Amino acid sequence: MNWVAANLDLIVELTLTHARLSLLPILIGFVIAVPLGAFAWRFRWARGLTLTVVGLLYTIPSLALFVLLPPIIGISFLSELNVTIALSIYAVALMTRSATEALESVDPDVRGAAAAMGYSGWGRFWAVDLPLAGPVLLAGLRVVSVSTVSLVTVGVLVGSRNLGYLFLNGLQRGIVAEIATGIVMTVVIAVVFDLLLALAGRLVMPWTRGADGGRTRRAARRIALTEGPA
Amino acid sequence: MIEFRGVGKRFADGTDAVIDFSLVMPSHQVTVLVGSSGSGKTTILRMINRMVDATEGEVEIDGENVATLEPVQLRRRIGYVMQSAGLLPHRRVLDNITTVPRLNGMGRATADELGLSLMDTVGLDRSLARRYPHQLSGGQQQRVGVARGLAVDPNILLMDEPFGAVDPIVRADLQAELMRLQRDIGKTVVFVTHDIDEAFLLGDQVVILATGGVIAQKGTPAEILANPASDFVADFIGADRGRRSLRIVEQAGRRIVVDGDGRAAGVLTDDSAAR
Repeated sequence: MNWVAANLDLIVELTLTHARLSLLPILIGFVIAVPLGAFAWRFRWARGLTLTVVGLLYTIPSLALFVLLPPIIGISFLSELNVTIALSIYAVALMTRSATEALESVDPDVRGAAAAMGYSGWGRFWAVDLPLAGPVLLAGLRVVSVSTVSLVTVGVLVGSRNLGYLFLNGLQRGIVAEIATGIVMTVVIAVVFDLLLALAGRLVMPWTRGADGGRTRRAARRIALTEGPA
Repeated sequence: MIEFRGVGKRFADGTDAVIDFSLVMPSHQVTVLVGSSGSGKTTILRMINRMVDATEGEVEIDGENVATLEPVQLRRRIGYVMQSAGLLPHRRVLDNITTVPRLNGMGRATADELGLSLMDTVGLDRSLARRYPHQLSGGQQQRVGVARGLAVDPNILLMDEPFGAVDPIVRADLQAELMRLQRDIGKTVVFVTHDIDEAFLLGDQVVILATGGVIAQKGTPAEILANPASDFVADFIGADRGRRSLRIVEQAGRRIVVDGDGRAAGVLTDDSAAR
């Protein structure tokens, strides 16, 4: 505990940086994956190929990606951008399939009714398909969030300063408290992000609150369980 | 007036859902299409608002071939009510009702006012306006569906087994409400059901369909009951099982009307006493 008391400033600084480094890939991943997932959902012929290729991105080892990216896109090996781009790729890899499944989960009867009322294809996507895919999209995003927060730690190997530094430093110097602090704070960030996402979901999707939001939420939970962080 | 002339529908897989279907659905009347599954009744209904496009023949609304009309615009001027109401689960009751007027560009305040008055029309309490569909009972949801169908004050109202998913007591309630409503508003209603009793109750014109949209018989309920055109019709309306033949039994000095199964259907009264 002495170590913690003596290094409070460092812990706070690393935690904030860590949170900041996690945030951008989660957002970028979401923004890219939803159109990609919608594409795979809308055009059945492209679905298999799109989802397979995007899914394969997740199998690239993170260390290899950190090493490969800089020469390909012409940035410094130690650039923060390196970590951000690599983690965004993982976020897209995880989120795209969720997005397709989310849109797939929308009740066909409701879509039919919307068409019968006179929604055009594009109007229906924004007003009906996307909002009703919301609960499953959110479930996917929560998985991406947890995964990203934990993956950021690997960034220390390419010079990124984040909570992963505490693992590395603690290991080298044999300070158990330092390693434990790194783990605890990483978990804290993941939990806080998750709570914020859940809260945002309740605000943006008020109809899922209360008595029987039932079916979609169960579907969402199922997907969250089968897609646990790798 | 809606007119079908030699209409056929062959689906992409080669099955014929409807073959050479011709029928006039008069304005301001309720035409009920009744048949079992595979009779093509829903397909026929959906050809009116181009949810399904005919592969043969023409469908005309007041002399206009629907194939020449833009589907989205066409649908926005035809009311549509479906089974389980088909409400948008993420929109509040009032927003569900006013969906189409809003799509047509009506301002929110005007639309809300209209929506609330439609809630009165279909017998929904205004306090439900801010609820989500899943917070309503099945019968209430169905009323929202009807209110939504009426929201653009369409000449035509298409109803696809609208009361199929509610229990019998609520269904009877909704049927009575629809009849009352139709007396006031006189829409051209096309109603699809597999329930012959519902067809006889609601239809000015009842069309009994066999497989492939073949018209087994059409006419007023009385005409069909008086003279079933074939064994198929007799079977379908239950005439052959004696369900439609009522007889009188004297009991305790009163004349009881009894159906083919011996169940009491009511008490026969003199004309003078009934009035």
